[in-house]
Amino acid sequence: MKVKKFLCSEKTAPYVFALPFLISFVIFWIYPLISAIIMSFQDIGAVSTKFIGAKNYLKLLKDGVFHIAVLNSFEYMLLTCVLLIPFPLLYAVLMDSRLVKAKGVWKAVLYIPALTSVVISGTLFRLMFSEYKTGQLNILMTMLNMPTIKWLKVKWTSEIALLLLCCWRWTGVNMLYFLSGLKSIDKSLYESADIDGATTWQKFKFITIPLIKPTSIYVLTITIYAGLSMFLESFMLWSGNSSPNNIGLTIVGYLYKRGIEKNDMGYACAVGVVLMVIGLTINFIQLFFNGTLKKEED
Amino acid sequence: MKKKLVSVLISAAMSVTLLAGCGSVNAPEGSAATDGAAAEEGTGSAEEAAEDASGTEAEPEAVTTVGPEDGTKMQMWSFVEAHNTFYATMLEKWNEQNPDRQIQITFTTYPYSDMHQKLIMSLQTGSGAPDLCDVEMGQVPNVYEGVDQWLYPLDEAMTPYAGDMLTSRLDAYKGADGKQYGAPFHVGATVMYWNMAELEKYGITQEDVDNVVTWDDYTALGKKYVEAVGEDGKYFTSVDTGGTDWLWLAMAEYGDDWTGGYDGEANVELDSVKKMLNMQQSWLNDKIAEVSPDGHIDLEAGYQNILDHNIVSFPKAMWYMSRFKNYMPDEKGNWYITKCPVFEEGQNCSVGIGGTGTVVTQQSSDPELAADFLCFAKMSPEGEKLIWEDLGFDICNTSLWEDDSFAHDDSNYYNTFFRNYPYDVLNNIKDQIGTIMTVKISPTINEQMCTTTLNEVLENGTAVDDALAEAQQAIELDE
Repeated sequence: MKVKKFLCSEKTAPYVFALPFLISFVIFWIYPLISAIIMSFQDIGAVSTKFIGAKNYLKLLKDGVFHIAVLNSFEYMLLTCVLLIPFPLLYAVLMDSRLVKAKGVWKAVLYIPALTSVVISGTLFRLMFSEYKTGQLNILMTMLNMPTIKWLKVKWTSEIALLLLCCWRWTGVNMLYFLSGLKSIDKSLYESADIDGATTWQKFKFITIPLIKPTSIYVLTITIYAGLSMFLESFMLWSGNSSPNNIGLTIVGYLYKRGIEKNDMGYACAVGVVLMVIGLTINFIQLFFNGTLKKEED
Repeated sequence: MKKKLVSVLISAAMSVTLLAGCGSVNAPEGSAATDGAAAEEGTGSAEEAAEDASGTEAEPEAVTTVGPEDGTKMQMWSFVEAHNTFYATMLEKWNEQNPDRQIQITFTTYPYSDMHQKLIMSLQTGSGAPDLCDVEMGQVPNVYEGVDQWLYPLDEAMTPYAGDMLTSRLDAYKGADGKQYGAPFHVGATVMYWNMAELEKYGITQEDVDNVVTWDDYTALGKKYVEAVGEDGKYFTSVDTGGTDWLWLAMAEYGDDWTGGYDGEANVELDSVKKMLNMQQSWLNDKIAEVSPDGHIDLEAGYQNILDHNIVSFPKAMWYMSRFKNYMPDEKGNWYITKCPVFEEGQNCSVGIGGTGTVVTQQSSDPELAADFLCFAKMSPEGEKLIWEDLGFDICNTSLWEDDSFAHDDSNYYNTFFRNYPYDVLNNIKDQIGTIMTVKISPTINEQMCTTTLNEVLENGTAVDDALAEAQQAIELDE
């Protein structure tokens, strides 16, 4: 009886319902987060572990490879934001308009890549971008009478490969996000705009863009996170974590390299903490300027 | 329609969040891509996986159990299925010969990096490690970190065979405390492979090849060949940006070692290394050599390059013979093996490269029995014969090298594949095989070379001294 009363009381019920989430959040997020921060101040050896102060962080400051990794991740994040927001939005608007026939087919075509494993698609892209003359892109180059390229050995050509893989995979997903945002816009707004003689561009600019803002912010936030934490794409494209002159190394790749490949968990945790700080800072700035963090106006 | 779409999206979002949760602790959520799937397809760094890079495709886990039910139950892991097949055959022999010490082993094959990571994790946490495990040379420093707290020394178990084993090879698998922790498969002696059939087409005879003693001779012959062919895309050899074999050979010739051994300091700015890299740069300029497609020749692109006769000679360890069997069987009868050229006459002409040291863990249910079996499998003449026949490795048991029935056995695939007997070459260079240590700093040096330095020098034409000075700085940061 008491239990029932306890569960049904207005005060406790919300906590009871939220409990599964809270427990998993504490166990799988808060606890590892705190222990990672602690570990980042330690030298974790095979047999013994000792505190070494901020040595890991000081080493990060001098570590040229880490700097390359940060720059690579940043660049990738920025470029994916540039590519993965306007284009999916455009596709979503097209899908929502009467211009496109057989929408279901197009949606499926754009979404299917997201269902394939990165392991498989990365391998396929690696073969396509092979420097050997039998790689698809080099066959294309030969057909165009151009010299073959060592795609994955040069910074900018490998960037193309990475971005192509990323866009191929995520455009459909982001498009669906935008599409759901578009569906929630009241059609009567467009009708009244039509009556007022608004052009298509004006409707897009003054109705679609402002009303789809929550979706855009969400997509921007996850794109930033995904861009900064990219790893598997690069891992598969170079069939391992080592790329020539580290052109494909990302922050998470470096974390993996230090923590798993070199078994230096303390240093890897420091890398992880820095990544977390960078990710949080960027997103806080972004959310602040979007006004998301301001109190809702009533 | 609207509802359906929303619900699809919500469930998609939920599953993405769930997956992101499985990812690495510190990585902020993002694409589900960051989760453990990466580990499923591992090849390790190019050079490290050298010995058995056939693992470039992640094989599915293969599990087999061999031995009687009432035997001592053990687990064994490897990253090459052929190794496990070999151990299984040896286990049957062991059980026949030792009725009172029966063993039942469950063999599991994992992809390269997956297996090594699992092993290190289980050693570190103190549970879950197998009784016996293959450890690839490049990973030895990581696995040996816990010395006798993690691994069981083999010194006692190998006494019956130790006298016949090549000492320099055993030394490569010793721990920092001087105890023997790993049992080797092979010497991995580096030799020169020549495509005689192709060379003969352009008037270069076996005698010309035999007369190559120094690298200068080699360069001259290369010039002659390339001029005779006079075709774009045809080279004498290929140099590696993703492997350090050439540099190891150069160091061994001068008796250098960039790791400095267990107690020394790493130094990559060695004259031997500089000489080799400068020579390679000049080959590239003179179009005698090309950069190996995909970085080194022990990859699909490398085999294809050899099959296309784009290159006609290269130095590689003896175990590369098995690549001919597995990937280039049509080349039978074309190839000839000699010792490698040297910089100055009288130098060592070979170096042991790659290898798998098999270890017994302290977590084993019966480490003594496991060690005895392991040494029987990998060091006894019976085992060594099977290694040569099944795996095509140049074995470490030197007593067999001169045994005519073994070294000149024409029923053996490799003995008839090449134009000469591989063991004749090996006998010839027996005392000239150098060793480069694999110590804690080795993976760092290797990585720096294969990702940055070699690319700078051979792809971008950076001055050798500058590139090595930069490498030295990066390596010192890790020491």
